[in-house]
Amino acid sequence: MSKILYNNRLAENIYEIGVEGSFKGAMGQFYMVRAWEEYPVLSRPLSIHDLEEGKIVFLYRVCGEGTKIISRKKAGDEISLEGPYGNGFPTAKGRIALVGGGLGTAPLRLAAKTIWNLNPEKLDIYLGYAQEDINSNRFSKYADSINIDIGGYVTDMLDPSDYDIIFACGPEPMMEVLTRKAQGTSAKIFISMEKRMACGIGACLVCTCSTKYGNKKTCKDGPVFAGEDVFPDELKQG
Amino acid sequence: MSSSKVDFGKLSFKNPVVMASGTFGFGKEYGEIYDVSKLGGISTKGITLEKRAGNKGIRVWETPSGMMNSVGLENPGVQGFLEDEARHLSELDTRVIVNVSGSRTEDYAETVKRIETTPFDIVELNISCPNVKSGGMAFGTNADSAYGIVSEIRKSTHKMLMVKLSPNVGDIAEIASACVSAGADAISLINTVQAMAVDIYSRKIIFDNTYAGLSGPAVRPIALRMVHQVAKAVDVPIMGMGGITSGEDAISFIMAGASCVQIGTANFMDLRAGIRIVDEIEAFMDRENVKTISQITGIL
Repeated sequence: MSKILYNNRLAENIYEIGVEGSFKGAMGQFYMVRAWEEYPVLSRPLSIHDLEEGKIVFLYRVCGEGTKIISRKKAGDEISLEGPYGNGFPTAKGRIALVGGGLGTAPLRLAAKTIWNLNPEKLDIYLGYAQEDINSNRFSKYADSINIDIGGYVTDMLDPSDYDIIFACGPEPMMEVLTRKAQGTSAKIFISMEKRMACGIGACLVCTCSTKYGNKKTCKDGPVFAGEDVFPDELKQG
Repeated sequence: MSSSKVDFGKLSFKNPVVMASGTFGFGKEYGEIYDVSKLGGISTKGITLEKRAGNKGIRVWETPSGMMNSVGLENPGVQGFLEDEARHLSELDTRVIVNVSGSRTEDYAETVKRIETTPFDIVELNISCPNVKSGGMAFGTNADSAYGIVSEIRKSTHKMLMVKLSPNVGDIAEIASACVSAGADAISLINTVQAMAVDIYSRKIIFDNTYAGLSGPAVRPIALRMVHQVAKAVDVPIMGMGGITSGEDAISFIMAGASCVQIGTANFMDLRAGIRIVDEIEAFMDRENVKTISQITGIL
């Protein structure tokens, strides 16, 4: 068990929780989070939002019983974290864009920090929110530009041909649109998928992601996949 | 500390705790978390003759004290199992049970024949999967069809044949008896309880396959009752399962008639549930001065 340092409400139903401890992890990986003993039976997979000396941070939305329980926890309360799990974002060099939609910004903060520290040629961040800016200030240290869209389509804000690599996380339609836009350009796009999970380690097969190479385990093979593997051309035609 | 070594028919298990099919893969992933050789055994993900991609759509949904799944027997097929999983499993110092499923009797038979040369001692015949469109549970929901498939498979294997029963039946004791008459050496139960969930806002059924399988502590009292009924009806060893999450739960199944227990959903509640439950069983035996598992098996 680990100690909660803070659990702050950022917007309606959206929280940022900091947990004390020397945790490991890379951008795009996640932890199975549990703030209760037995019920609900399943732990919640939360991607690493930030990692510092002595602290790990998660950004989450209250969308069910488990996240509701987590949101009620206070500084000093205990929480269990198992991980890090999953296959995160690859090392990126060159001209890079990060595109987040809503809670899809969760894995992008550690990604921004990690990439920024590798001195990229260019790092632009695009953040789309449905109603209000919830956390763009968290990215300001780690970007050449931050571009914010509220209530529209964040995917309209960028031209993939300006980039070598794009990391995206958000609603599936957003990631699909971006993958299509990037087709035929210089940009290689990687997306972080969200699925309901049970074991979190690749044993139970409930978080399957359908790809052009067949079923993949979102928890173990992903959650980060090449965009074209999840949204291949033929699906568009079919 | 007591030893929880237990006899199961002509075989023995180092302890009565076996990981349930479908929750533990082929043991590799959990093997990275803890030493799986401390377990009594592992029942593999269900193997079918051909590779299966499983069901589309949502595959897991939580319920009060439980969960539903609709994986639909995604597995590498018997050839993939033999090529990619059998060797690793054979190197584990724990008893491996190969769970076999299918949609036609001849497919089950062929699958069982193909694993005959593996070093694994037990076939768990899954005639109770609620998540496939054809076969699966249909074989296990009446005594005649259960007798039919078990007697056919009996001809295809010399291994210990354990039949996994569905709780979605009227008289489970009758079906267990039919399986034993047909040559089953052991019975395991229960598979998941057929269930359903609805999204009232989209006015749609959650699962693409309409119904799914409910597991976890929510089904435990039902499972316990069925283990007790089957134990009264047959004289072969029983592997009991259904929502067991602690050593105390396991002991209750043993007292109701199970020689071994299987652990499924609990693996998701606590990745180390398997070895914790072994420790809790042995601690109970120490506290209650129980020398052997057989001393308390089926005492109720």
